Amino acid sequence: MSAVVVRGFGWRHAGRKGWAVRGVDLRVEAGERVLLLGTSGAGKSTLLAALAGLLPEDSGEQEGTIEIDGLDPRKARERVGVVFQDPETQLVMARCGDDVAFGLENRGVPAEEIWPRVDEALRRVGFPYHRDRPTAALSGGEQQRLALAGALALRPGLLLLDEPTANLDPAGATLVRQAVRDALDADTTLILVEHRVAEALPLVDRVVVLEPGGGVRADGPPAAVFAAHGDALADAGVWVPGRPVPRRPAAGPAGAPLITADRLGLPPRLAPTDLRVRAGEALAVLGPNGAGKSTLALLLGGLLRPGTGTATATAELAGRDAGTPPHRWRAPALARRIGSVFQDPEHQFVTGTVFDELALGPRRTGQPEAAVRSTVDALLERLRLTRLAGANPYTLSGGEARRLSVATALATAPRLLICDEPTFGQDRRTWLELVDLLAELRDAGHGVVAVTHDPDFVAALADRTVTLERPVPGGRP
Amino acid sequence: MTHTNSNRWRTIDIVVAAVIAVAFGVIFWAWGLVWRAADPLFAATPAAQAIMYGVWLVPAVLGGLVIRKPGAALFCEAVAATISALLGAEWGGITVVQGLIQGLGAELAFAAFRYRSFRLPTAVLAGALTGLSAGLFDFFVWNTAYDLTTYRIPYAALTIVSSALVAGVGAFFLTRALAGTGALDRFPAARERTAI
Amino acid sequence: MIGVEPVAVPGAPLARRNPVAKLAAALVFSFILIATLDPVAPAIAIAIELAALPLFGVRYRVLARQAWPLLASAGGILVTLVLFAADRSGRVLVEAGPVLVTEGVLVTALGLVLRMLAVALPGIVVFATTDATDLADALIQNAKAPARFAIGALAAFRLVPLLEQEWRMISMARRARGVDAGRNPVAKLRLFGSTAFALLVGAIRRGTRLAVAMDARGFDAGTPRTVARRQRFTRADGLLVVGAAVLAGGALTVSIVLGTFRPLIG
Ligand SMILES: Nc1ncnc2c1ncn2[C@@H]1O[C@H](COP(=O)(O)OP(=O)(O)OP(=O)(O)O)[C@@H](O)[C@H]1O
Ligand SMILES: Nc1ncnc2c1ncn2[C@@H]1O[C@H](COP(=O)(O)OP(=O)(O)OP(=O)(O)O)[C@@H](O)[C@H]1O
Ligand SMILES: [Mg+2]
Ligand SMILES: [Mg+2]
Repeated sequence: MSAVVVRGFGWRHAGRKGWAVRGVDLRVEAGERVLLLGTSGAGKSTLLAALAGLLPEDSGEQEGTIEIDGLDPRKARERVGVVFQDPETQLVMARCGDDVAFGLENRGVPAEEIWPRVDEALRRVGFPYHRDRPTAALSGGEQQRLALAGALALRPGLLLLDEPTANLDPAGATLVRQAVRDALDADTTLILVEHRVAEALPLVDRVVVLEPGGGVRADGPPAAVFAAHGDALADAGVWVPGRPVPRRPAAGPAGAPLITADRLGLPPRLAPTDLRVRAGEALAVLGPNGAGKSTLALLLGGLLRPGTGTATATAELAGRDAGTPPHRWRAPALARRIGSVFQDPEHQFVTGTVFDELALGPRRTGQPEAAVRSTVDALLERLRLTRLAGANPYTLSGGEARRLSVATALATAPRLLICDEPTFGQDRRTWLELVDLLAELRDAGHGVVAVTHDPDFVAALADRTVTLERPVPGGRP
Repeated sequence: MTHTNSNRWRTIDIVVAAVIAVAFGVIFWAWGLVWRAADPLFAATPAAQAIMYGVWLVPAVLGGLVIRKPGAALFCEAVAATISALLGAEWGGITVVQGLIQGLGAELAFAAFRYRSFRLPTAVLAGALTGLSAGLFDFFVWNTAYDLTTYRIPYAALTIVSSALVAGVGAFFLTRALAGTGALDRFPAARERTAI
Repeated sequence: MIGVEPVAVPGAPLARRNPVAKLAAALVFSFILIATLDPVAPAIAIAIELAALPLFGVRYRVLARQAWPLLASAGGILVTLVLFAADRSGRVLVEAGPVLVTEGVLVTALGLVLRMLAVALPGIVVFATTDATDLADALIQNAKAPARFAIGALAAFRLVPLLEQEWRMISMARRARGVDAGRNPVAKLRLFGSTAFALLVGAIRRGTRLAVAMDARGFDAGTPRTVARRQRFTRADGLLVVGAAVLAGGALTVSIVLGTFRPLIG
């Protein structure tokens, strides 16, 4: 059971002029459950890392102080458990049980106590497999649960969770939230970062909203905070519950077909699938984790060679390459016709700055430099990335990186745009902006395919949906 | 984090050194896929093969230049060798010993400057010394049955030259390029960059 | 795909031995054999190795798959020797310009090829039957290797399949952004270079995050670690090492007795 006191805290990452967070004053009593909100880039992840004692002195500049039970967080790590957004980089060992045991070994827990505590932690998060299961064979949701078990096994007084359900299908997200709720006992203080407030509310009894410029904007019980500041917060980009998003249905009927998938598949990753995408329509691809949605996106994008069936581009999309399947096109021709946004934004970055990343596509299509500049500047402005134009894409916050990767594809306005989870980790304001951008592209007669777990996104933009099933019952090999 | 001893390895030093070794394991694997076809060509032209030798020694010098701690070069090359053995490299357990010997060469160079200089001449010396240790190992262990003047000596000399150039000069500029991406921000190797 | 899992049948009597013992046995065996250049000792050693294979649970087919690049190298050795052999004694078999093949050359070549196989096989067998986690555990517990380093390396090893996956993703991302090499070999080389660089950058970033995650779970807290998985070095493990030394020594002795022994140095 741990209490947190934050006084005038600020952090500036090395290499940045602006502060990631600043002027935060906060008191969290032992046993409280806090939801930490704020627009994308407001500094939530940075504050969480500071609380966990994981901002090394050599990586930035600090202002103010944080105390966990009166201790500096770097000395109080024993009391803190943390689960980051990306579970893959948190798993250390090759077998699930070993991974949970890793933290216990480090803390010097006597050998005979380790395995009972491992089993207990796995049971608390509802982990379905034996502890010998290789960590590499877990789906994203299972990895999240394992990371949670690894944190819980240490019996932390303070549990920090950073978007623990990002990238999970709705069922998986419910399971993880359930696991968090079941795993919390009266002794644990919880600080949770999550953009989607409605789902997270049952877990918390207090909401804290960070102000991007610095300081805390609102603080209190959820009902009181949303009653008092609801409209202002929604305008600022917080997902205030009970405020529906506007729908953006297609302006007119869909046009000519662009690409047709005929029993397109790649066993065992994707079972044969039929679909057709037309100009001027937005198609949403849904399905549980591991159903093969990303694989389908790569196949349609001409980036993977199909294992079964074919992807046929019509002359409308392919021009004089109409006879050959997209995966055999030369890269420059492909990039001009089909834009792809990868599930993991970092996989996609090719250059060293945000500006160059956006300019790469338009430059390659031979636009004059002035036109490139105005395209890029307009995108930067709409997606609130202007102040980051010179930053390295890899130093962006989760939501910023996602927006940038979508923007790189929008910059060339390809005839067919395929995005994998374009809206995850976005605050309400940038979310609406992204939906607008995609809707504009579609209404200008381009085809849009979006792989997504986001029901709001489907409701707002999709003209049609396709749902994939898991190819093998019971999940991954 | 309050340790003042700058020679103590932080977790990030250990993991990143090992990751550099692992990444080169994967890069070598991809390189092998690309160039396997060219393999037989080298049998008749040992010079060409020795020129390529330096590529295998890059992790040793790179590890030393990035981590800047005693033992970094040795650790990097030894881990790289062990990993290639675990992945089923055809030379088996001997690779591990060979890796240790090769890493030792670069380590000596950095030690000679008391782990204070990481400039180009140091890097070249480190490359040349790992080339020397690798060359000596091959000279005595693998090449004894060959003619001294037409094969063994030219091969060893080329190994050293190639290592100085590819592993030494190459790793130096690679470190610079890596620092430019911000990936080394938590290492002393990161250049002063302007804030954004 | 790069394989990171052991390929042996689990539970074979020698595969279950302590990883440090297996590694030591392989190194002892290999190093004794390095000392000779004759074909007889390695031939005996190879026979021993092949006979021991079932005890390690390695199928001959699996071994052949792991070792086939070695056989390719054997061809290289032959060609190189024909051109550069030090010893050209014995009856001349072929003479054409610089190419001079004698009986001596062939015997040397045979010796070198067999020696290479005999030296490499033990290591291949050991690593094919050893799990990386077990090796790290045994190195820490039985060989007094520093725990932070062994575990750090182990955590990095887990990234191998992820990085391989990353290589493919980077290549696809470049293609999606309009970058490819076509058939131009120079462009191919440059693309290889830039892909490898991107992989390295990504790997270092991943390593940085992994280190943070490890610290978050108390990796470098200064508390003495305990071990969840015990590795024991038993008498049987000691016997394995001794046995390897005795068998390799025996092969060498036979060669000396037969008068075929040719020491490496001298
Ligand atoms: N390693 C880093 N180096 C430099 N700048 C960084 C780094 N990490 C984050 N930043 C910057 O600090 C600011 C706050 O980032 P942070 O990740 O804390 O935001 P966040 O509130 O978690 O946003 P999101 O909801 O998008 O995840 C951002 O502007 C980001 O670009
Ligand atoms: N490169 C690969 N090699 C082998 N298997 C893969 C590869 N990529 C994905 N898979 C497997 O193929 C299946 C489908 O993966 P895919 O990433 O397409 O699923 P998805 O529907 O996008 O899931 P998610 O919602 O989690 O992103 C999964 O079981 C996955 O583990
Ligand atoms: Mg964040
Ligand atoms: Mg996916």
